[in-house]
Amino acid sequence: MSEVIVITSGKGGVGKTTTTANVGTGLAKLDKKVVLIDTDIGLRNLDVVMGLENRIVYNLVDVVEGNCRIKQALIKDKRYSNLYLLPSAQTRDKTAVSPEQMIKLIEELREEFDYILLDCPAGIEQGFKNAIAAADRALIVTTPEVSAIRDADRIIGLLEANDIRKIDLIVNRLRMDMVKRGDMMSIEDVVDILAIHLIGAVPDDENIVISTNQGEPLVGDSSMAGIAYMNICKRVLGEEVPFLDLNIKEGFLSKLGKLFK
Amino acid sequence: MALMDFFKKKSSSEVAKDRLKLLLISDRTTCSTEVMELIKNDIIKVISKYMEIDSDGLDIQITQTDAEDGMGRVPALCANIPIRDMKKNVRN
Repeated sequence: MSEVIVITSGKGGVGKTTTTANVGTGLAKLDKKVVLIDTDIGLRNLDVVMGLENRIVYNLVDVVEGNCRIKQALIKDKRYSNLYLLPSAQTRDKTAVSPEQMIKLIEELREEFDYILLDCPAGIEQGFKNAIAAADRALIVTTPEVSAIRDADRIIGLLEANDIRKIDLIVNRLRMDMVKRGDMMSIEDVVDILAIHLIGAVPDDENIVISTNQGEPLVGDSSMAGIAYMNICKRVLGEEVPFLDLNIKEGFLSKLGKLFK
Repeated sequence: MALMDFFKKKSSSEVAKDRLKLLLISDRTTCSTEVMELIKNDIIKVISKYMEIDSDGLDIQITQTDAEDGMGRVPALCANIPIRDMKKNVRN
């Protein structure tokens, strides 16, 4: 049984592509056969985040237009043999693909893969409609900011209107120091406002920037974000994993310093 | 100064949460004109069973009104329906 998951947010820059790369890589690490599809036609990014940008020959639009077979466009990941990427086209725009074409493409991929992850573009126009057309479930990525949460709420409404009932929330870029100070909404605040199921929270971790620089998703390593993403993957598979304590342990010196403030 | 702030100010995250809650209520209840038209037609249909109404003078909209518990503003459906007469079959 394969599952098609769309990763979406409404607002841009909240971490959809990073989340797609990490959840996809994590599921592959957990021995699932996974394909990641970049549906952001004209602004492709998933290939660089995955470190596969030099291996692109054909893309999503080529497959849909029949210029090549699906197998020719799929790029095998350099570390995991059961992980593939279907890159987006850079020289075309969102209207090059229709929702019906996406449904047909994904039906074919379902026979081959356990998980099909769709990296959705920002916005609610054609690109969004293409990305959600064949999805069984959705991961909503948001940050604890008013603009991102407002857009997430709108997206949740649109997904429900399109009969996607299984919707989970990822709260990204949390800064526990700011939450403690009362200057950032907490995970509980965000869940309370959006009223959907929380599948994980990812701290604002500089290791994410480093891993993106290198083109190697950090899921499963010992960093806070790496652990958080791996937990999300396990929960996607239906495992019950306790939520990570995002409070970074304070060192003795910083505690001492605070005493004298 | 920090102590003064503590007594008079909400934290910025509380401000954000309060703003969002209100904003989302109005976002969620904003109906498209097509949906409003459907609601309007259904209301006319139901009321016309019992009353003769002036459907041209009819006005239905979603507005903001003060909540009864004083907790800010909430959306409300307001209908202004001029009645001409009761239908004969429902007169006592």
